[in-house]
Amino acid sequence: MEYILMIIGAILVNNIILAQFLGICPFLGVSNKISTAVGMGAAVVFVMTLATLATSIVNTYILMPFNLLFLQTIAFILVIASLVQMVEIILKKISPPLYQALGIFLPLITTNCAVLGVAILVTQKFSTNIFDSVIYAISVAIGFTLAITIFAGLREQMDLVNIPKGMKGVPIALITAGILALAFMGFAGLV
Amino acid sequence: MNKIKLLTNGLIKENPVLVLVLGTCPALAVTTSVFNALGMGLATTFVLLMSNMLISMLKNVIPDKVRIPSFILVIATFVSIVDLVIQGFIPALSASLGIFIPLIVVNCIVLGRAEAFASKNSVFDSILDGIGMGIGFTFAISIIAFFRELLGSGAIFSHKIIPFDGILVFVLAPGAFIVYGFTIAAVKWLQKS
Repeated sequence: MEYILMIIGAILVNNIILAQFLGICPFLGVSNKISTAVGMGAAVVFVMTLATLATSIVNTYILMPFNLLFLQTIAFILVIASLVQMVEIILKKISPPLYQALGIFLPLITTNCAVLGVAILVTQKFSTNIFDSVIYAISVAIGFTLAITIFAGLREQMDLVNIPKGMKGVPIALITAGILALAFMGFAGLV
Repeated sequence: MNKIKLLTNGLIKENPVLVLVLGTCPALAVTTSVFNALGMGLATTFVLLMSNMLISMLKNVIPDKVRIPSFILVIATFVSIVDLVIQGFIPALSASLGIFIPLIVVNCIVLGRAEAFASKNSVFDSILDGIGMGIGFTFAISIIAFFRELLGSGAIFSHKIIPFDGILVFVLAPGAFIVYGFTIAAVKWLQKS
């Protein structure tokens, strides 16, 4: 039960994009079509889970015992950057179809603040509990996919309507995102 | 004359937040009050200035293939310095900015300037570019924060200016997106006229 609440909380109530403002760049950048949004979402689920697993292990077994927590930012960004590179090489070798689906999104993810953000958040939230951290990371990533897919659907519809000239592009996208965030606020108090 | 252009480039013509739409996460997250926005802006300016300077000094030493990881490492070092300094001297700011200080590492503006400018230009030019971009960033997020704080609580720097309770939604998440959207639209309109 505890886990169900945590998962629902991470997906709907504290949605990473719409309530915590992490990962806004891909949210605005690759949300023009539903298919690319879903691809980006899948890549984020994949990388965020692996990255959180790797960084929590580094945090629990290397940084904490040796009292090196001040190196957390540097250590985490290095782990994430090399992990993304490694995933790219391995995927290319063992699963070309999956690589074709996710490949173009992988380099973008290194500088996705959501991945580093969640890696740091879970060390504050769950400290050394690696299992909980990974479950939380998966639910956060599902929340990311949900938000970016809904937003891409809205933007596809928006292409068909007549928008005032000055509001075209980014401004109207941000205002739509604001209204979507307003809708997600309705979930507050659910957990 | 050219040097002044370098400095003002980031301020208006290529403002990272309002024109290039980079660094959107801090622009939305820390703009609940002008104080937070100024703190975040100055922290980012310091990182931009130092990383631009060091990277332009090292540009002939760093091999092309490991360029990006080296840049990230340089940036992460300065971000850690800023993080520790703020934690030590301004704990209140550190508490309200929270996770967004370490996240300056993945702020696209910093890596973007390192890659697009500092790795190709002289040390002095890179310093000017870093300062210009940093001030442009600070200026932009302060404007967003100004409107959010004013509409959300009727106050600026926590001093009541308009005697009303404020519209709560502007301090919360949706208000961030909406104010940012309208600010970009206003900048577009100003550039045209």
